[in-house]
Amino acid sequence: MEHVSAVLLGVPYTLLVTVVALAIGAVLGLPLALARRSPLAVLNVPARVVIDVLRGIPPVVWLFIIFFGIGNQFVTLDPIQAGSLGLGLISAAYLAEIYRSGLGAVHSGQWEASSALGLSRTDSMVRVVGPQAFRVALPAASTYAIGLLKDSSVVSAIGVADIVFQATGDSRATGAALAPFLVAAAIYILLGTPLAIASRRMDSRLRMRVAR
Amino acid sequence: MNADLLSNWLEWLPDLGRGLQTSVLLAAVSLAIGIPIGLLLAVLVSSRRAAIRMPSIVLVEIGRGTPALVVLQLVYFGLPNAGLTLGPFTAASAALALTTAAYTSEIIRGGLEAVPKGEVEASQALGMSYRDTMRFVLIPQGMRIAIPALVGFGILMFQATSLAFTISLQELLSRAYSIGSSTFLYFQVLLLAGVLYLAITLPSGWLTGRLERRLSRHL
Repeated sequence: MEHVSAVLLGVPYTLLVTVVALAIGAVLGLPLALARRSPLAVLNVPARVVIDVLRGIPPVVWLFIIFFGIGNQFVTLDPIQAGSLGLGLISAAYLAEIYRSGLGAVHSGQWEASSALGLSRTDSMVRVVGPQAFRVALPAASTYAIGLLKDSSVVSAIGVADIVFQATGDSRATGAALAPFLVAAAIYILLGTPLAIASRRMDSRLRMRVAR
Repeated sequence: MNADLLSNWLEWLPDLGRGLQTSVLLAAVSLAIGIPIGLLLAVLVSSRRAAIRMPSIVLVEIGRGTPALVVLQLVYFGLPNAGLTLGPFTAASAALALTTAAYTSEIIRGGLEAVPKGEVEASQALGMSYRDTMRFVLIPQGMRIAIPALVGFGILMFQATSLAFTISLQELLSRAYSIGSSTFLYFQVLLLAGVLYLAITLPSGWLTGRLERRLSRHL
């Protein structure tokens, strides 16, 4: 039981890093997705490179580059800032691809109908295509968010006091090598499962309102 | 930077190259053990008998719900308590193989379900047993459909080998980190590590894209 209370101390940090990273990713992913979809090479080529590089280097390596590399030699960052920023940038790349596939899934007739009604491209995007793309992209985005909750465990490597960090600390302090990590595993499953159920429900409800 | 950076990179490259070999080997071993178990789980999860299906679903969900990092710590630090001590490489392969099995079982199940129902009906009409239908009809076609997703997962698994740094396996990241802590040139050496990871993940990513287009040609 004492292991449970020790490891639970990490939950707020895990949630904090996950939520901040998701927020950064959700915002930065949007311009990245639009640039990636652009017919102009000056926009889509750099966007593609940024997305591929962000997704091609393991998250721990990004965190190390940011925390030890940039943090020691350029600007000082605390572990939480470095962790949220690193995971946020990676999320931006993954979410950009999710947004892009959502936009791609909206039938082209929706664009044509909007322009036939005299809507500008911006208005079509904001009022017609965007909301439908959002519905299509939401399940993939929520799957990504659940994955991020688990992947956020890598921030323990740069010293954020999250679930895994507390489990490691508790294991060192009490000498129990198995129990703290089993508790950590159980906490991740308990946090992730309700999210998975909720997203499955939301998905079927939102799907009803997309034109095919 | 510039000339200085280049000469440093050339000096570190042999050491990091050995680390990269370890990372690639670890990923290969984990996938080679994990994917067959994933296939087995996929078949068990699709079983009609609840006594087989339910425990398999629970196993897969636990495997997918637990972060790879936690599985790694459990196997390396936890198992010695239960009387089983593993070296870093063995522990890392076992842990990543377990994660691979859980994730790929869902990918493979998706592949099996994508095989048209008529294939199974045709096999039954030909008098084939359930086992033969699986072995000769469903699994070969389902696996082919699953290949692009499996390669994509393989790339993620290769990235996940960097987690083995936490159990002091001498793979790419831990070698880069130890050079960083002795030279204080963390940024430069970690950047090189990042480039080496990209050297594997980017070409594999392009390969997946081409593979996907090629394999979907006849569907």
